[in-house]
Amino acid sequence: MDLLSLSTLLPEITLTLAALLLLMVGVFMGDRVTNAVTQFAVLALLLVAAALGATMWGVEADFHLTGPQGFVDVSLFTSLIKLMVLITAAGALLLATGYLRREEIYKPEYAVLVLLAVTGMCLMLSASNFLMLYMGLEMQSLCLYVLAAFRRDATRATEAGLKYFVLGALASGLLLYGISLVYGFTGSLSFAEVATALSQDSSRGALVGFGFILVALLFKVSVAPFHMWVPDVYEGAPTPVTAFFSVVPKIAAFGLLMKVCYGPFAPLQDKWLWLLPVLAAITMLWGAIAAIGQTNLKRLLAYSSIGHVGFALMGLAANDPRSVIVYLAFYAVMSLGVFAVLLLMHRDERMLETIDDLAGLSRVHPGLAAAMAILMFSMAGIPPLVGFFTKLYVFVAAVQADLIWLAVIGAVASVVGAYYYLNVIKVMYFDEPVAKYDRFTDGNLTGTVTAMAVLSVAGLLLIAPVVMLAQYAVHLLKP
Amino acid sequence: MITVGLTHYLVLAALLFTLGILGIFLNRKNVIVILMSVELMLLAVNINFVAFSAALGNIEGQIFSLFVLTVAAAEAAIGLAILVVYFRNRGSIAVDDINLMKG
Repeated sequence: MDLLSLSTLLPEITLTLAALLLLMVGVFMGDRVTNAVTQFAVLALLLVAAALGATMWGVEADFHLTGPQGFVDVSLFTSLIKLMVLITAAGALLLATGYLRREEIYKPEYAVLVLLAVTGMCLMLSASNFLMLYMGLEMQSLCLYVLAAFRRDATRATEAGLKYFVLGALASGLLLYGISLVYGFTGSLSFAEVATALSQDSSRGALVGFGFILVALLFKVSVAPFHMWVPDVYEGAPTPVTAFFSVVPKIAAFGLLMKVCYGPFAPLQDKWLWLLPVLAAITMLWGAIAAIGQTNLKRLLAYSSIGHVGFALMGLAANDPRSVIVYLAFYAVMSLGVFAVLLLMHRDERMLETIDDLAGLSRVHPGLAAAMAILMFSMAGIPPLVGFFTKLYVFVAAVQADLIWLAVIGAVASVVGAYYYLNVIKVMYFDEPVAKYDRFTDGNLTGTVTAMAVLSVAGLLLIAPVVMLAQYAVHLLKP
Repeated sequence: MITVGLTHYLVLAALLFTLGILGIFLNRKNVIVILMSVELMLLAVNINFVAFSAALGNIEGQIFSLFVLTVAAAEAAIGLAILVVYFRNRGSIAVDDINLMKG
């Protein structure tokens, strides 16, 4: 085993070592080192991200490296998705500290679990073998189940954890069954060999296996009709965990979905290109319509995230993975910003979660209300904010792929969706304030809110470089 | 005299897998039964892997089944841990009682 092939696993090895070290420190020194552990975890995530970014610099677009035994295969695509995962995970971890401290669950395990989940995501993104894919996905999922139930004295959080666990275990069962069928009918677990076998002779058994694998991955990305766990888990889980769930695992799962669709199952492209537009349409519409009656902000954001997943899936359905990456990158910005606003607001030491709690926010905290309004307008897709341009980008991709009906449904869904985003703004600006909010003390949160609102406005300038980067990244994925 | 071939194993695995899925969805009583159903699904997959591995003369499937067994143990441990904290809060593990959040 030479060092060059081992270097493909360097990010994962570093993250694992960091997680194990922090776990030891946490166990031996107890809760008083939580702050140091969390900061070290953020630092580790950012350092790995910086190193990964440096390796991407100046590399040819068709660069790729195969790891030990052909189990992993890294390219610009996997590196870019990992980079997004690492940075957003660091952001989500920074958001969490204030909340965890207030709820008295500020423990070293939180940072360790986030690090291990991110390691699992990186492993599954690197995978070029179904065994590696399964192990990475499980490593991620097992950490996420625990994170959902992290507030273990709260009934709702444990209920969310339980629901997430049961449905997640069902999805991994489907994934495994699919893998076993694909293995049996193609005779291999390696992505490349499965692709070769399928291009020569795609038997029905392998097709059924692919169906199972696809359903499991769509479940992880929360595409309707496999989204039923999302609203309950988002509402019940502690808010910083919801912020993490709404961004980081979603990017990773989308990356994996793209890698699998364009990798081992590229020969079945006509099959999944027929199915995905239908699912994208259902997801966009469901995300828009089901959100209308919601009063809980976290539940509303759950449906909103389902809707956004539908738009991102439209890019994949249009056979344009670039647009998916661009959409997800800016969705992450808006989503982290909105959750930072949610985490900032509390009254009498209690978190505010319903839309009515936002009443009159503009009079008490004009700056915060303005930032929230920008983020909401951006999520609704109103120009000149960045949400409009990313939506436009997937619409153009759909029209170019002759999926005009899908683009029309997308436009209808974003108009319906605009209703509840605008409703939030109406409540903030025109309703009477109910009572005072507690003073904001968390610099991380105010900083994040400001940064994300600025990014949503300035996204117009950033979108061209991101598109270029995505263009390079998908060069090898979709030749 | 029937010789047991690959098809028999695949049918058995498919039946067990379906039984596991039905156990998750039709069961209205107890969360422990759901955990058992999940375990049943994973073991059905293992039968598939080992049967295919033997039929193909390829060892990878058997190695995969060992990994599945290991992960299944970790999954059961985490599932039971979450179930224990849930029971402490709610005082019940009946499936019909898991209904605080809806809509």
